Amino acid sequence: MFEAMSHDTLREYWWFLVSVLGGLFVMLTFVQGGQTLLYTLAPDSRRRDLVVNALGRKWELTFTTLVTFGGALFAAFPLFYATSFGGAYWVWIAILLCFVLQAVAYEYRKKPGNVFGPKTFEIFLLINGSLGVILLGAAVGTLFTGAPFTVDATHLSHWAGPARGLEAALVPFNVLFGLMWFFLARLLAALYFLRAVDDDDVRARSVRQVRLNTLLFLPLFLAVAALLLTMEGAGYDPATGAVALVPYKYLDNLLALPLRALIPLVLGVAGVLYGIARGWRGGEARGAFWSAAAGSALVGIALFGLAALNDTTLYTSTADLQSSLTLQNASGSPYTLTVMSYVSLAIPFVLAYIAWVWRQMGRRPLGVDEVERDPMSY
Amino acid sequence: MSVDAAVVEWSRAQFALTAMFHWIFVPLTLGLSFIVAIMESIYVRTGDPEWKRITRFWMKLFAVNFAIGVATGLILEFEFGTNWSNYSWMVGDIFGAPLAIEGIFAFFLEATFFAVMFFGWERVSKRFHLTSTWLVAIGSNLSALWILVANGWMQHPVGMRFNIETARNEMVDFWEVLLNPNAVTKFLHTVSSGYVLAALFVIAVSAWFILKKRDLRFAKRSLLVAASFGLLSSGYLVLLGDGSAFVVAHDQPAKLAAMEGVYDGASRKGIVLFGVLDPDKELGDGKDPFIIKIEMSQMLSLLGFHDIDSFVPGAEDLVFGNAEHGIESAADKLAKGKVAVDALAAFHAARKRGDPGAADQARADFDAHADYLGYGYLDKPEDILPPIPLTFYSFHIMVGLGFWFVLLFVVLLWFQMTGEIADHKNWLRLGILSLPLGYLAEQTGWIVAEVGRQPWAIQDMLPVGVATSDLDAASVSVTFWIFLVLFTALLIAEVRIMLGQIRRHGEEVGHV
Repeated sequence: MFEAMSHDTLREYWWFLVSVLGGLFVMLTFVQGGQTLLYTLAPDSRRRDLVVNALGRKWELTFTTLVTFGGALFAAFPLFYATSFGGAYWVWIAILLCFVLQAVAYEYRKKPGNVFGPKTFEIFLLINGSLGVILLGAAVGTLFTGAPFTVDATHLSHWAGPARGLEAALVPFNVLFGLMWFFLARLLAALYFLRAVDDDDVRARSVRQVRLNTLLFLPLFLAVAALLLTMEGAGYDPATGAVALVPYKYLDNLLALPLRALIPLVLGVAGVLYGIARGWRGGEARGAFWSAAAGSALVGIALFGLAALNDTTLYTSTADLQSSLTLQNASGSPYTLTVMSYVSLAIPFVLAYIAWVWRQMGRRPLGVDEVERDPMSY
Repeated sequence: MSVDAAVVEWSRAQFALTAMFHWIFVPLTLGLSFIVAIMESIYVRTGDPEWKRITRFWMKLFAVNFAIGVATGLILEFEFGTNWSNYSWMVGDIFGAPLAIEGIFAFFLEATFFAVMFFGWERVSKRFHLTSTWLVAIGSNLSALWILVANGWMQHPVGMRFNIETARNEMVDFWEVLLNPNAVTKFLHTVSSGYVLAALFVIAVSAWFILKKRDLRFAKRSLLVAASFGLLSSGYLVLLGDGSAFVVAHDQPAKLAAMEGVYDGASRKGIVLFGVLDPDKELGDGKDPFIIKIEMSQMLSLLGFHDIDSFVPGAEDLVFGNAEHGIESAADKLAKGKVAVDALAAFHAARKRGDPGAADQARADFDAHADYLGYGYLDKPEDILPPIPLTFYSFHIMVGLGFWFVLLFVVLLWFQMTGEIADHKNWLRLGILSLPLGYLAEQTGWIVAEVGRQPWAIQDMLPVGVATSDLDAASVSVTFWIFLVLFTALLIAEVRIMLGQIRRHGEEVGHV
């Protein structure tokens, strides 16, 4: 069935899958957001254990989604993977280090003999939740603002300038994007705790965090949206590959891509707002986390759509416009994309078992007693 | 395409560092996941709470080890992009696919059911829990499958062709990549080595308990499971080792020559059981490469090619060529490779200035020499050889230890089944001492695989020298040191936590 598709259709299909993984990752960074709320929600150590364990049942899903996102980019758009990771070296290394810290922090934090003490591993969680997310945001921001690289005739990439990716942090849009993501993650985490933990004190503090982070997130979101829809973007001619700057490129894209951008964006924003409304006053807050989480995923999917569809350069070069990467010049061969597309048929099945296990494990909220009783607790 | 040699060396050092750290933890994950699943199956079948306690003890150690394996694995995956970006472009069309499949099929299985296995004891049914434990074991072994398919492809690239337009290799046959004999033997050999290591781990810990006369029932039961599992796996491992040698002999003659210290090839070649290489030996100087050696005659021809009369080429045959046996000299290969490299550049230059005639000519030149492209990036004929002493000693340490482990498992199992194992204190001590040897065998095995295929990132196709990112050596050296310090610190924490958990074992009885 995939053999009959054109190379361009396969590219768009794979960009859609990358977008879905990206969107799910955005949603799952509630784990990172929760890590930054550790001390805010739980001043005492028993409740801190509760918060850590409530997140600890999910952190690996977030982590795995990030790894698979990277793997999908490698397989489907190898030139993007090579250019960005090899070029923006320091940003990616910093992001990876933030996630290395996370991978050991849950397991080692409370174990006797951990050398560095629980506090150190809690700081690791804070670093991962703050710096990790903000840097990832800045890196995703470069899909819109571009980066200083060149690609030669044999498709080998080179970076212009000594900062090796750190220059992305000097672009206001990238920074705002990172901060917006950071507060969204915290907002989602606060909504998650409303349902996931059985502790009145943590819940009461979570409600306050829902409100506070909403007030920080919404203005940032509006600012990012305003900048994005008014900024210049780069488009390419699919016949010749020639790249040119286009004013209001992303606004054009939004209007030109109803299914891939406009509708998911509108639904996503509505979902997030509905989730906030449900969670604003605390209580049961049934559906608050899931509607905000699904909304965030949809917004993520829409953003990835805006970034590369409608003949837009996926990764614009600020050093040499004609070196810019597009879905067309950065993708894998039609054969590889076809094979990978068959593999992608397993994705709904994977999502289904994840959802099912999530339900099974989340039948009742987690309490301090269970955490203390269970010898396997983090 | 000039690359700073220091960047190549630092990039290799960093990759080796990450891979070697990663491989401290992964083999234990691969094997312990199955051992824990077997133990929990016995618990579910018998309903004996003692087996539940045993399962949970090993499961805790599994988790401590798993976390740091995940941490190092993340770096390993993304290092292909950050430090080997030319590689990522030139072979990403083939190499990326198994990595993505690994994520979709294996990592999510592990991550999802890991949470049930650890935190679901009170939240899901016994059967669902047991299923989750098995799925974690299957998931972790599946992830090994896909990355080893990718590695097997680097050792023996199949199922692709070079596309001159995009200047990269593109996949043409996925099944050939997946069923690559090198990938299949590598997967089986590698995962069963993990099972052996996990068995050694459980044996060492259990032997310590028995020697301390602590919690004997737990320790003996654990030892029984581990020695049985270890014996089955190590027997299989030795058989697979033969399969690996056969594959290497066919696809990577320079690696085989290095593994065995063969300089001048011969028919009915013997295998060196033990040997000390002469450090002053030079290619073509006619000297005996060994100071001392114990050899089993004709065996290398037999094991490598399953035929006593087969000719086993040596390092000198491969560098200088051997007309009698149809081996082309490395100098000829380099010369043809240079033609391919120049033709590739000429093709793209002609395209750029819009000269289709010149482009066609360049394409024809390229096609005639395409098989030698990788050799065109090497400097001199001797560069086709891997470091011989490191490969030779690593290989012999690994093989020798492999046979020792079989013996250890047989003896411990015999004592356990026929009498009182606690009386055989020396064998229990050997059981403890064998754990570091297990780790040594794991590391030397990968040294053979990866150092032994130098100078190639992709055998005969892409030397490491042109595969790196366009980075400065200073950046890579800084990240090398960051990773070294970080991983070492985490390793120290991991080992101390493990030892603490083991020592504390009896104390948790009250609240389980």
